[in-house]
Amino acid sequence: MSDNSLLEGRGQARTGKTPLLEVRRLAKHFTIEKSLFGRTTKVLKAVDDVSFHIHRGETFGLVGESGCGKSTTGRSVIRLFDITSGEICYEGIDLAGMNERQLKPYRQKMQAIFQDPYSSLNPGMNVMELISEPLEIYGGYSRSNRRDRVIELLERVGLKREHADRYPHEFSGGQRQRISIARSIASGPEFVLCDEPISALDVSVQAQVVNMLEDLQQELGLTYLFIAHDLSMVRHISNRIGVMYMGKLVEVSFSEELYTHPAHPYTEALLAAIPIPDPKVLMPTDRLLQGELPSPIDAAIGCKFRSRCPYASRRCGEEEPVLKRIAPGHYAACHLHE
Amino acid sequence: MNRMRWTLLVSQLRTQKSALIALIILGIYVLAALAAPLAPHDPNTIHLDERLLPPSGQHWFGTDDNGRDYFARALYGARVSLSVGILAMLVSVTIGTIIGAISGYFGGKLDTFLMRSIDIGMSLPSFFLMLILNAYLKPGVVTIVLIIGLLSWMSISRIVRAETISVKEREYVLYARVSGQSTFRIIFRHIIPSIVPTIVVAATLNIAGVIMMESSLSFLGLGISPPDASWGSMLNNAKGYIGENPTLALFPGLLILTTVLAFNYLGDVFRAAFEPKVNRR
Repeated sequence: MSDNSLLEGRGQARTGKTPLLEVRRLAKHFTIEKSLFGRTTKVLKAVDDVSFHIHRGETFGLVGESGCGKSTTGRSVIRLFDITSGEICYEGIDLAGMNERQLKPYRQKMQAIFQDPYSSLNPGMNVMELISEPLEIYGGYSRSNRRDRVIELLERVGLKREHADRYPHEFSGGQRQRISIARSIASGPEFVLCDEPISALDVSVQAQVVNMLEDLQQELGLTYLFIAHDLSMVRHISNRIGVMYMGKLVEVSFSEELYTHPAHPYTEALLAAIPIPDPKVLMPTDRLLQGELPSPIDAAIGCKFRSRCPYASRRCGEEEPVLKRIAPGHYAACHLHE
Repeated sequence: MNRMRWTLLVSQLRTQKSALIALIILGIYVLAALAAPLAPHDPNTIHLDERLLPPSGQHWFGTDDNGRDYFARALYGARVSLSVGILAMLVSVTIGTIIGAISGYFGGKLDTFLMRSIDIGMSLPSFFLMLILNAYLKPGVVTIVLIIGLLSWMSISRIVRAETISVKEREYVLYARVSGQSTFRIIFRHIIPSIVPTIVVAATLNIAGVIMMESSLSFLGLGISPPDASWGSMLNNAKGYIGENPTLALFPGLLILTTVLAFNYLGDVFRAAFEPKVNRR
């Protein structure tokens, strides 16, 4: 059984309301192979029993290595596809079973920024058309009003009005990501899924984009689910961070707490992998991850991290650890903390 | 299509002279077909005293067995052959694109149903189907366009389906879904414009095939009804006089050959221009 009180942290006390978004026992399985008679024989559990919540105005970071299911989690939350099981509650209303028609009012409130600034903008449309698309869907703007609104949005993300008539291929990666951001805030959303919005950018540009996202959050009262595969930038923007490993949340905590007191061995390894910008500091290679990722298709018993864990014991092979509270607002799924 | 693709296309045409020649040939044929009424002779007036004349200054392509000016007939034949080619291509591209995009976008059971239906359709010998349908319907340009169009969209829809499956995973299509755009709008504003290059290539190659089909049907006497000419019916007519005046078969034959060849060449150039990796081989 899911225990909702499990994931309540200090964020709850801060707002004193129900969270804007609450995900309960989310699972998304992909069929890999079907038998001749249409029975599913092989399943990839991309997301398996993940629960978390995000408060209004908060940024929840989701980190983990490639293929751990963080993007699938994000895309499930905005209902890009049907989920296998679980609940996605937006202001207390479950979106999981809704069809596209029922979802439409939520589509306006939930927006997304994707990773690849080169494929997230339709190459055949100019900036004006790209940004005004969400405005067209939700109406309320005449043609000239729309143009004014687009220019206002462009200026807000640090682009110029003359950029409105250009095509995506005329911009750099950072500028394209700004266009994506302008487009995502055009419809006046409350929640924005940031699916690795900075991973494809230069480090110098990353900081600019992160700062801009933070400014917009302040001004517009946005709530972010921020997905990234490294911890360095996420720390600055997130209030709380969830760490995912092979479809499961292994640790959830406040950003500072996670950095100073990582509880799960996987989080420790991720933190150790952050490069330190000083050539004199040696990388503690013994704390970097060794070993291979087990196949996500096989249903393994026990802790999924044990093949790479320096502390693995016999119990880890027999029993899968569940997310448990180890400090206020800090949860970890590891047998070490019992 | 955006500007980048056009630039690629123009540079392809510049480097590949054969493509330029193909384009020039087709341009001449189209202009000639449009200018057919300017021909000095009427294509259907019979002069029994001028039968089977060889090419001369008076009759550039000679005359046929009824003494009709063969050059004028070739020009009017070009009108029929090219317009049937283009119209039937439009019919099959429209159907093929819509079915292919729907099949690829929705996937699942609908996709399986549509694709298996196409498999069945493609395994029927379409030429016999055409002959049978033609026997029951009134012959004419519209009939032949519809018959050919309705029987040649399957391969296009397969290509479009494959492209749609790859395009629908691009992030701008995902974004369109997230932002709540209707499926209709996603397919027509995001997916189909992205696969226009593929459709252009398929359409160009399709025209060549369609012109061949029309010629074959007309050759068998099932296409355009006499006295109007098409290149295929001219060939049909010429087969009885191959010994007396072989140029009667030569001219329509050459016209069909060069047109089909030019369209095939052009299709290849379009493909190379839109998939820059191919032409580096």
